[in-house]
This record gives sequence, C-alpha cells and structure tokens, in this order.
Amino acid sequence: MNFILKMAWRDSRAARRRLVLFSLSVVLGIAALVAIGSFSANLRVAIDDQARGLLGADLVITSRQAFLPEVTAHLDGLGGEQAREASFSSMMIFPSPEGDRTRLVQVRAVEGRFPFYGEFQARPGDAPAQLAAGGPVVLLEETLLSQFGLKTGDTVRLGRVTFTIIGAVLKVPGDSVAITQLAPRAFIPLGQLPATELAGPGSLVRHRIALKLPPEVDPAAVEREMRQKFITERMSYDTVEERKRDLGRVLENVNGFLSLVGFVALFLGAIGVASAIHVYIRQKITTVAVLRCLGASARQSFAVYLVQGLGLGVLGSVLGAALGVAVQLALPAAMAGLLPFDVDFFVSWTAVARGMGAGLVICVLFTLLPLLAVRRVSPLVALRAAFADRPARPDPWRIALGVLLVAAIAGFAVEQTRSLVLGLGFTSALAAGFAVLAGLAKAVAWAARRWLPRGLPYVVRQGVANLHRPNNRTVLLLLALGLGTFLITTLYLTRTTLLAQIQGTGGAGRPNLLFFDIQDDQIGPLNTLLREAGHPATQQAPIVTMRLRSLRGQAVEDLLKQPENRIPGWTLRREYRSTYRADLTDTETLLSGEIVPRVAPEEEIVPITIEEGLARDMQLQLGDEVEFDVQGVAVRTRLAGIRKVDWQRLQPNFFIVFPEGVLEEAPQFYVAALRIDTAADSARLQQAVVRAFPNVSAIDLTLLLETFDTIFGKVALVVQFMAFFTVATGIIVLAGAVLTGRWQRIRETVLLRTLGATRRQLVQIQLVEYAILGVLAALVGCLLAVGGNLLLAKFVFKTAATPDLLTLGLAVLAVSVITLLTGLLSNRGVADHPPLEILRQET
Amino acid sequence: MSDENMLKVERLTKTYASQAPAGALTVLREVNFSLPAGASLAIVGPSGSGKTTLLGLCAGLDTPTDGKVLLAGADLGALDEDARARVRNEHVGFVFQNFQLIPTLTALENVLVPVELRGESGREAEARELLARVGLGERFEHYPVQLSGGEQQRVALARAFMNRPKVLFCDEPTGNLDGETAAAMAELVFGLNRERGTTLVLVTHDLELAKRCQRIIRLKGGAVISDSQTETP
Repeated sequence: MNFILKMAWRDSRAARRRLVLFSLSVVLGIAALVAIGSFSANLRVAIDDQARGLLGADLVITSRQAFLPEVTAHLDGLGGEQAREASFSSMMIFPSPEGDRTRLVQVRAVEGRFPFYGEFQARPGDAPAQLAAGGPVVLLEETLLSQFGLKTGDTVRLGRVTFTIIGAVLKVPGDSVAITQLAPRAFIPLGQLPATELAGPGSLVRHRIALKLPPEVDPAAVEREMRQKFITERMSYDTVEERKRDLGRVLENVNGFLSLVGFVALFLGAIGVASAIHVYIRQKITTVAVLRCLGASARQSFAVYLVQGLGLGVLGSVLGAALGVAVQLALPAAMAGLLPFDVDFFVSWTAVARGMGAGLVICVLFTLLPLLAVRRVSPLVALRAAFADRPARPDPWRIALGVLLVAAIAGFAVEQTRSLVLGLGFTSALAAGFAVLAGLAKAVAWAARRWLPRGLPYVVRQGVANLHRPNNRTVLLLLALGLGTFLITTLYLTRTTLLAQIQGTGGAGRPNLLFFDIQDDQIGPLNTLLREAGHPATQQAPIVTMRLRSLRGQAVEDLLKQPENRIPGWTLRREYRSTYRADLTDTETLLSGEIVPRVAPEEEIVPITIEEGLARDMQLQLGDEVEFDVQGVAVRTRLAGIRKVDWQRLQPNFFIVFPEGVLEEAPQFYVAALRIDTAADSARLQQAVVRAFPNVSAIDLTLLLETFDTIFGKVALVVQFMAFFTVATGIIVLAGAVLTGRWQRIRETVLLRTLGATRRQLVQIQLVEYAILGVLAALVGCLLAVGGNLLLAKFVFKTAATPDLLTLGLAVLAVSVITLLTGLLSNRGVADHPPLEILRQET
Repeated sequence: MSDENMLKVERLTKTYASQAPAGALTVLREVNFSLPAGASLAIVGPSGSGKTTLLGLCAGLDTPTDGKVLLAGADLGALDEDARARVRNEHVGFVFQNFQLIPTLTALENVLVPVELRGESGREAEARELLARVGLGERFEHYPVQLSGGEQQRVALARAFMNRPKVLFCDEPTGNLDGETAAAMAELVFGLNRERGTTLVLVTHDLELAKRCQRIIRLKGGAVISDSQTETP
C-alpha cells in the first residue's frame, strides 16, 4: 500500500497540473449538483418553518358561488375565527390629467383578521390595519404604483367607487408572486364591494373563507367531513399540509429537472476525464511495463493509477462542492420572484455529501474505463514498444463496468426525477444524443480520411487529417460541445416557440382584445361604442350559466356518491358557461354528429354540441341525454355533435353550445372580441369602454405576452444559469483535451518546423482543425436542438415549432468562435518550443 | 533441474497467431539450454532472429507456446502473471537497450522501486551506495531527462542490482551508447556481475561484448544455430 501511494504521488509529478485540469472537468457538474441540492434543502426548511404562513390559515375553502347558508352554518359551528374574501378580475381606472388609464387587476375584497399566521406585508406597515378598518380605501400591488406613478393618498376607481390608495402590497401569505404578474392585486374592504356594482351576476367571483380552527380541531378531518356532507357543492379545500405537499412536489420537480441539467454537466465532464485519462494512460504504458518487469503485480500497477484517478475525483469533488456552496449563495437572487416565501441560506451538508458522492462515483467509474487497460499492459512492452499494440481479447471487467455505468446514470436519473419512466427516458435521450454525436464524429473522421481532395493546400489537409489520425479528439470534442450547444439552443428555441404561440394567438386579423362581464343590457350600447370608435367587435357571444342536473338519466348527486363512478367530479359539479348559436366558429371543427342550428321553443329535448375533451371525460356518446339546471329551470338535452376547439385563441370558446331558440330568454351576459392594431388605440378603447361600463373587463394580448416574457425571463434565468455549467464544462473539457494532446502536437510541430514549416502555417493548421470541429459541433448541436424543440412543441406545448434562424445562426457562430479561441489559446506556445528541447526529451 | 542451474530452457517455442496468408508466425523454435548460477551467456543473432523473444520468455515476461522455463527453481509456465512478477521482483534484474527509467522519478527513486515494491524500507543508503558505485554519487536527485544516455543506463544498472538479483537480463545494454560510454558500461556490468555472483543473460549485436561472456548462443530464424563456450572466464 505504501508503495502504491508513494508511487502514485511520485508518478504524478510531471502531470499534476494536467491532472488538476482533468479534475476541473467535473468540478462544474458537481458544483451544480451541490448548489441545487443545498438550495433545495434551504427551500424545504423554509417551507417547513413557514408552513402555516404558506396558507395564512388552518383551512381555506373556495367556491365559485356564494356559500350556501348550510355551509356557513356548518363553519360557524366549528368555532375559531373566520376571514372572508371575494375576488375577481376587473378593470381599474387610474385618473390622470392626460386622460384616464386602465389596467386589469385582481380585486380582493377582504373582511376579517386574515392572515391568521404569517404576515400581511405592506408599505406603510399599518396599511393592512387601515384596510381592516373599512371605508373606500385600496391597497395596491407595488408594481402598479410604480407603473402608473401613484403614491399613497392618490385615488383610483373600481366600478362606481373611487378608492383612496393607502399603501403598497408587498407579500401576502399564500400568494405566489408569479401569478400576480398577470393581474396585480388590489385589496379593498369587503363592505365596499356592493357599492362598486362589479360583483353582479355573470362576474366570475371567487368566494373564499379562511379559518383559524380551535387547536383541538383537525383541519383535515373538517375537510373530509365537508367533502362528504356537501358532495354536490363545487368547493375546493386547502390545508397547510396540502399546501406543503403541493409546494414540496413542485420543488422536487424543479429540483429534479435542475439536477438533471447539472448531471449532464457532470456527465460531460466525466467523459472529458475518461478521455484525458485514456491519453494519460497511453503515455504511461512503458512506465507500467517497467514496473511489471521490476516485479509489480497487475493489481499493484493498476492501483497506482487508480489512486491517481481517485485523487483526481476527490479533488474535483472538493473543488466542486466549494464552488457549489458559493453558487448556492447566488441562487436565491436568481430565483427571487418565483418563490412565495423567504429563504434563509445555509449549507446542507447532506446535499454537499450527495453531490460529492455522485461526482466521485461517476468520475471514478469513468476513470476506471481507461484505467482497466493498465491491468493488461505486458511487461514485454519494456523490451519492445510494438508489443503494446497486440490485439486484446474482450475484457469482461470492461463490459461489467460499462453496464455499471449505465445503471449508475439511470439510477441517478430515476432518483432525481422520482419517476422510472422519466428517469429511463432521460437516460435514453442522453444515450441517443451521445450515439448521434459519437456516430457523427466517427463519420467525420472516416469522411475526412476518405474524401479529402488531394488538391487542397497543405495546411488544410494537415488540419483535416488531425480529425482522424490516431488519438484524435474528434469524438470527445463533438460530444462535449455538441451536447452543450444542444441544451442551450433548445432552451432558446423553446422560448421563441412559446412566444410565437402566444403571438400567433392574435396573429393576422385575429382578435387580440377581449371584453368580458358585459351585462345583457350593456351589449347594445357597447357595440355602438365600439363601432363609433372604429373597432367593431368581430366576435361576440352570449353566456348563460348552468349546472348539470343529470347524465343519461342519473342524477349528479347519485353519480358523485357512487364509488365506481369514473367521471371526474369537476365535470359534474362545475358551473358551465354555455352559449347558443347556429353554427361553428373558425376555432371549431365538428368531429362527429351534427350541428342543429335552431330549434323551436317547444322542443322537449334540445340537441347540443360538446367539446371533445369534456365529452370524453364525461364518457358521453352521441345521442346521450344530459339535463341542465339553467338558473332554476330544467332543460333536457341530447348530445347531437362533438366539436374540437382550438383553445389557444384569444376569443370566446365554449364547452357546451346550444342551438338558437332555447336560451334567449335566460339571464345572460356577453363577451366580445375584436382586433386592434396599436397599443395606444387599444389603451384608448379600453379606457372608453371601462368609463362607460365600469363592470366590463378587458384582457389584452399584449398584457399576456408581457406576463409570459416576465415569467419566462425568470425561469430562463435559472435554466441559463444551469446551462452555463454545461457549456463551461464543455470549454474546460475542450481545453483539457487540447492540452492532453499538446505533447503530441509539440513533437509534430517540432518535426514540421525542422522540415521548414513557418509559424503562420502551424497556426493555420490548428485553425482549420478547430474551425471544423467547432462548426460541426455547433451544427449538430443545433440540429439536435431543432429536433428537441420540435418534440417539445408537439408533445409538451401542443403547438407548432417556430424556426428561429437568428438563434441558430448565433449559436453556430458563438460555438465555433469559442471552440476556435479555446483551441488556439490552449495550444499557444506550441510553435515556440525550440526543436532541440524536444529532441533531447525524445531520447 | 540440477541445483547449480539457475536457468533452464527446454524445447522453448513461441508462435504468434497472424491474419497474414502465411498463417501463424513461429519466432522461436525448440530452444534448449541451461545456465548454472554465476555463469554468463550472450545471445546473439541478426535482427528478427528471436533474441529479445527468448530473453522475454526466460525472464517470465511472456508465456511460451510450447516448452518450459525454469528460473531459480521456479517453473514459470506453471505460474500466473502475478506469481511470475513476484519471481522477477525477487530473483531478476533488468537492463534495457532504451534504459526504461521511470521519467517521473529521480535517479535515487528509480533505483529504490524494486525494493519499495516489496514493501521494504530503509534501504536508501544501499541505493545511494550503488549509485555511487556506478559513478553517479552526485546525481541522486536528478530526473532521467536531466541525465545523459550513459548516465541513464548506469541508473538502470544500479536499479537492476538493487534487489540483489540471482539473474541479470540485459537487452542490448550498450546499443544506444557511444563507443567510449559503451565500454565503460560493459565494465560496470561485468564488474558488478562478478562482485555479486549474478547469473548474466545478455542479448546483443555487439560480438566484442558477447565474447566477454562465458558462453554464446547464436540464433537464426528462431532456432539455435550454435552454442559455444568462449575463452574469457
């Protein structure tokens, strides 16, 4: 053992700098794993510490309808404290000397001492108390104040009431910051709601009761009892435990995803290490042979280099862990705005140990692959180098190690994703990417050997020859750079696809402004206003609310109580907002059955059409009978047709469509959509509409785009942060690979110089080699990214992928330039070595 | 094998499988000889005659296709590679044509490798003495790259004697050296051999060097064509 350690240390003398560089290849991967793992532990602790503050209450019950008296009576019987809230989207008017401005906000009319746990953070600190005191006051989202240049004491209008701003909302327990991007919050006292006249019929009000239960009452038990007792009521329940579980699950998913990205970096680094060790061991074959001649056993000589490999892995792990902890410090800033709670920084030693462990295991497994060759070095090589090239029979250890490696990667992926399918999918995808790149590299080397025209200048031929000569780095470099390019480019392409999807929603001529909550008596005047403003509604639809009474003759109550019922409860309990019309819109296609345009008022069973997904969920066939409760009136219908709906357009779409002639007399309200080309016109029109009809709300496609870009920007920052590790690893692996081959280059360069090559020619040869490698890696990485984007678009986002030639072009350019620069920098000085120095070392 | 025979070779044959149309290549056929302890033997012959292969087989660096090698009483064919390595470590010293010093070790460390491999320590003084004996008393801490060819070969010789070998195998020990250095090296090899009573097996092209051995075996095409005693003791 003593000899092994001593020999390993002494033998590493001349190569220590190189070995440290090899270990750097895995540093970033390990750093990523440690940073993510430790930060996740921070998040878990934050969730546990702030568990009650996550919800602000013991139990929160939400309903789309006002709570039934039986429900409130039941809740009153529980004891404890209650806080109520009614929330809905509405247009807020910001008076200004240049004309009023409007913005969709989320009105939160509150009453009671919410939150019971955690803190309602606002500026000034006493603003929540002022809000609780009542009166026409409003607490606005901080971003709204800055967007409209407002301050405390200014006024805004909601419906018929003018409210005085009492401060800015900073943080409310249970609210996610990302959600508030779309509709900033506006807190008003619940007592002021009726006066605004905004919460009339047709407005989508969400009612909420938050409960602080007596200590002896178990929130989960209350939830179970109420679910049973009010089975037909569409109410959702939220407890601290559920919120914790949900958040934990999201966290695990994000953690799993980020860890996989980190793992890709580690994987790339490990390939780099394996490749470098491969070259290193080739240089050590004579030393091993001499040791064998002097009496070292195969195990001893193997152990000498295994110790070096282990040392390299340990060094990489320690450096990686240290860097990971440093990176962890930066993560809360990168993730700020995505998290609904505060996170305290601490180092999770478990995460550090796990990251280091994963790094060490992967690094050592990859190192072992080339190291196994040491066992088979014949002592005869000391006598004659030609013996080193004798063909070897397949090594069962090598095969076993390969299997172990794949198992370790799959095991890690399954553990991170907590899903066998996803984990194995990731491993397969990695293997596929690996196979494509490795296959391409081999093809390039083969093609370079076979088809290189003889007429090309010498420097080009020599540069290309470097791609296929023995010990070339083509496969490794194409893998490292190609995978890195693939990951990052996919990220950018996906962003473009998603943005294009939203933009396409309002593409050429399609509606991009939607007015909703229009009352029956407002639709006429509103249409007049729109026409006079020069932007008539291109589409409008009446909406009649209704609930399901029975399905194929079975009452909904009975269906819900049947344990064997497989129809999702939400489809049975929900309030349907249906419309009536004679034909299909341009976002719909009829899949089966027929459209009955109009029926006589006395028609007993009304032929309706249902959206395909809902029909499938409700297990409905054409001809099945469905009975609705249309605001107290029973209406029997039958399924006459099934429609496919493109939900991704900003225009009114419906689950259930009635023919004309039935619902015209039912209480109803409207939505209207139109196309408006400039943002200024859109703002002016929204202001005019809201001034005339304060209860009408508008949603603007531009707003959606802005929101998406803000949220995506934050997510992208995190992903880019992670992708950076992959690319940086790629560059380190590249530098490592170039330096590994440097000795060989120096000898060649010396020979070429002795034969009369100029420095310029030598640099040109390198230039050709790295330019080809860089461009190829970039092209293949981009090609894989285009494929990845296509698959993501088709299967995940259900949209068409958008080609983004600019991104692709930039990626090819950037990767090629980076490769070229790294290659040239790593090789700098090679041409400066005096030939004599090398020739002397040769002896 | 009689007790006096340090090395005995019986019907030694080595054949390499080949893809060539000619089929398998026999580089050594039916070689027989035995060497008593303390004797010296030179193996000579043209390039490709099988000299190095014979040396490798005698030292247990490779396994024969047929035949037997008995080295210091051990039947090398019956041992696995690790056991043969132990035999080499205990009984064999090597000097190679191209020196084969470990480039990352100093001269002193190179000399110490065979004993350190056995887990022995505290033999540094002996190593220094050996280096001094070969005229490198001032070069203990030098790396191979800092030494001339002759100096490197002298370190290799000191290393070969460090484990007090029973047999010293030399493969063209002067092949890479100039005439003067080669003569000095030969002096050292034979001097140390005499001093320590080592059995010497020498592969060489240099007939003058070969003549300094007690016995010369000539190889051609893998077969022994002559086996003669020299006049030199």
